[in-house]
Amino acid sequence: MSQTDFHYQKKELPASLTKFALILLSIGVVLSLIAFFVDRERALFGYLVTYMMIVSIAIGSLFMVALEYIAGADWSTPIRRIPEFFSKLLPFLFILVIPLLIFNHDLFHWAHEEAVAEDKILQGKAPYLNITFFVIRTFVFLGLWTLFYWMMIKNSRKQDTTKDQNLTTKNIRLSAIFIPVFAISITFTAIDFMMSLEPHWFSTIYGVYFFSGLVVAALAAITLAVIMLKERGYFSPWMNDDHLFSLGALIFAFVNFWAYIAFSQYLLIWYADLPEESFWYLTRWNGSWAYISILLIIVQFLVPYFALLTQPSKKNPKRLKFISVWLLLAHFVDLFWLIMPNMNSMKDGYTFSWIDLVFPIAGVGFIILIFIMSYKKDNLLPIGDPKLKRGMDFHL
Amino acid sequence: MNNDKNLYCIAATFNTPDEIINAAKKVSGAGYTHFDVNTPYPVHGMDDAMKLKPSKLGFVTLVMGLAGASIALLFMYWNISVDYPLVIGGKPYFALPAFIPITFELTVLLATVSTVAAMIMLFFQLPDNKHPLHDTQYMKSVSNDKYGITIEAIDDKFNETEVENFLKKLNPLNIEYIYFPPVETYPIFQPKFLLLLAGIALVVSGGTYFSLNKLMFMTPFTFMMDQDKLIPQKGSELFADGFGMRKPVAGTVARGFIPYPYKGQVNPTEVLSNPFLPTKENISLGKEKYDIYCSPCHGYFADGDSRLNGQFPNPPTLHSQRARDFSDGMLYHIMTNGQNVMPSYESQISRDERWAIVNYIRVLQRAKNASDADLTEMNKEAGNNVAN
Ligand code: HEC
Repeated sequence: MSQTDFHYQKKELPASLTKFALILLSIGVVLSLIAFFVDRERALFGYLVTYMMIVSIAIGSLFMVALEYIAGADWSTPIRRIPEFFSKLLPFLFILVIPLLIFNHDLFHWAHEEAVAEDKILQGKAPYLNITFFVIRTFVFLGLWTLFYWMMIKNSRKQDTTKDQNLTTKNIRLSAIFIPVFAISITFTAIDFMMSLEPHWFSTIYGVYFFSGLVVAALAAITLAVIMLKERGYFSPWMNDDHLFSLGALIFAFVNFWAYIAFSQYLLIWYADLPEESFWYLTRWNGSWAYISILLIIVQFLVPYFALLTQPSKKNPKRLKFISVWLLLAHFVDLFWLIMPNMNSMKDGYTFSWIDLVFPIAGVGFIILIFIMSYKKDNLLPIGDPKLKRGMDFHL
Repeated sequence: MNNDKNLYCIAATFNTPDEIINAAKKVSGAGYTHFDVNTPYPVHGMDDAMKLKPSKLGFVTLVMGLAGASIALLFMYWNISVDYPLVIGGKPYFALPAFIPITFELTVLLATVSTVAAMIMLFFQLPDNKHPLHDTQYMKSVSNDKYGITIEAIDDKFNETEVENFLKKLNPLNIEYIYFPPVETYPIFQPKFLLLLAGIALVVSGGTYFSLNKLMFMTPFTFMMDQDKLIPQKGSELFADGFGMRKPVAGTVARGFIPYPYKGQVNPTEVLSNPFLPTKENISLGKEKYDIYCSPCHGYFADGDSRLNGQFPNPPTLHSQRARDFSDGMLYHIMTNGQNVMPSYESQISRDERWAIVNYIRVLQRAKNASDADLTEMNKEAGNNVAN
């Protein structure tokens, strides 16, 4: 078959992108600071949504890297650097999480000692839900993520110069350890930062729910970056329809997975109809939240499902680009829907505020900047990877 | 070559996937449309080389998937929401979330099964199981380690010598002529076949009998039945009284049942009052029910003159002073509770219908004992009717 002879030459990203990201970030940060002084509670909740969005893309990307190693996939090897670049967000989470830890009192009901003293249920949960343990958990998980990021990316980068195949083997081993660590840590992260906002409520599938949404978001971010770069010739001449198809099929699969998990959670709670579980959905059915709940089904499932149903649509770069942006928004709406109704002032329905918009602006700018930063230090293709050639020649 | 045989195709085999891709490109490029490629495994890029159009199979999947979804939904909707409405778990009759799993299963089931069936029928021409390529040397080699291409005789451009020369130019390992196999017919009802059918029937029914009547009652297959759970009407060690079932909490009332507080009292000091106005509809409902339930004993006009008169402790007239003095609630009480030999009609006639009967009895009583005022009133109405 066609043997692509390919000599990699690094092509820089346009300077206008850096400018664009910097403008977004600075506007976002200034407005965020204003928001913080205007309405601290709302600003913190809005910040939490964007924080979880960044967590999703960062850890989801590292998961995709690990998945490639552990599954022995070669179609994704040539584009593996994209998730690697995104996972550079992980070490920055140490800084980003600090406002949430400092102002925990504004976010978490269980952090109020006087409330716990009056509440039998919260007293029972206190051995887990207390600030000391919460902070320890947060840093342990962030530490583990950063550690795996650092080890795996270091190996991958070293391979560019040494061409040492053993580094791939090393990364396969690391991935095998990382996957269970990832499963447990994102479950507890979801419980800590989102489920515990409503400390009386519990759902055993919550971690899986977060996982399903997080993978969709990470895949959407990766696909978006891949297609934007492809359109500008960064992946010429080897990238073909089948690479796009694989990305599209993965997105399609995880969109279905999300719907499956979301519905499973809903069905069980709806069927048993226990007041201690169903109130969580009822809150999300109050006033205008009902529209957002219905919107979520349409935005995160129905539209992407039908948009990606046929085979040609999964190969169509325009369609994929649109759906990637769409799904990033959808995951944002999903997180918003999980987090915001827990605000006391929003229990009866969603009321719009400009504050909700400022953090995503800063977030997008931040993510693009980190991407550019890691792009500068690295090759776009893992040129030392033994699977690279096969990946470029990939055909379904 | 051999003219008394019917040519199916000319086949060429190659050694490598690259050669077969090249051959497929050349053959499709030369304008042949009835040709096929056989390889031991899917060769990448073959669709393009053969210029295949996207498969239509997806439509079968889509249509049957949608059919599965709608059949499941309509079926459950009809069963449980319309034809025989059942309340399950306190959910509404049309409980969509509860229907979703079955809808999902049936969608997937119909979509996949029909896709496979359609594939077998469209591509392998199923009921016909005699493909000319079967049992040929060609098929043996391409299902092992060779890559083959066949150009079929039905192709418009087919010409034996031309095709053979064309294929030879591609440098194949060898070229083979493949003919339709001679048509063979088998009598279906051979004794051997019948015996086989009987054998299968015996094995299937024996197996079914064994698994349903014996196997299911052997450990470990009984584990599903022997659960540590409460079974209605069975004893249980869980409760001190040894019963598995619990008595309902005192004061529990069955769904849709409103208890009658004066049940069993012969001379109640207090009775209910009539909740229904004597409207036309109510009275005609009362008449309908009275004619069905009461007239056999009390007579159509409550004169106590039914054909039971004389054979039974006489059902009394309801026009006696005593009966006219009964309050509505007392009439209701007699129907609900019974009186001496007259049985209770509580279980036959619904609550509201019993009240309607009371209203109708009042009509009968007033008709038999009409006052002068009633008569003038009636004549006036009759006159009005005539005038109209
Ligand atoms: C099986 C025959 C039978 C049927 C049917 C029957 N009754 Fe009676 N009913 C009797 C008899 C016999 C008595 C007299 C009972 C007694 O000795 O006190 C009676 C008594 C009564 C009395 C009391 C009369 C009185 O003076 O104490 C009323 C009122 C009455 N019936 C109403 C009804 C109504 C209304 C129905 C229709 C729902 C009905 N009955 C159907 C046999 C019948």
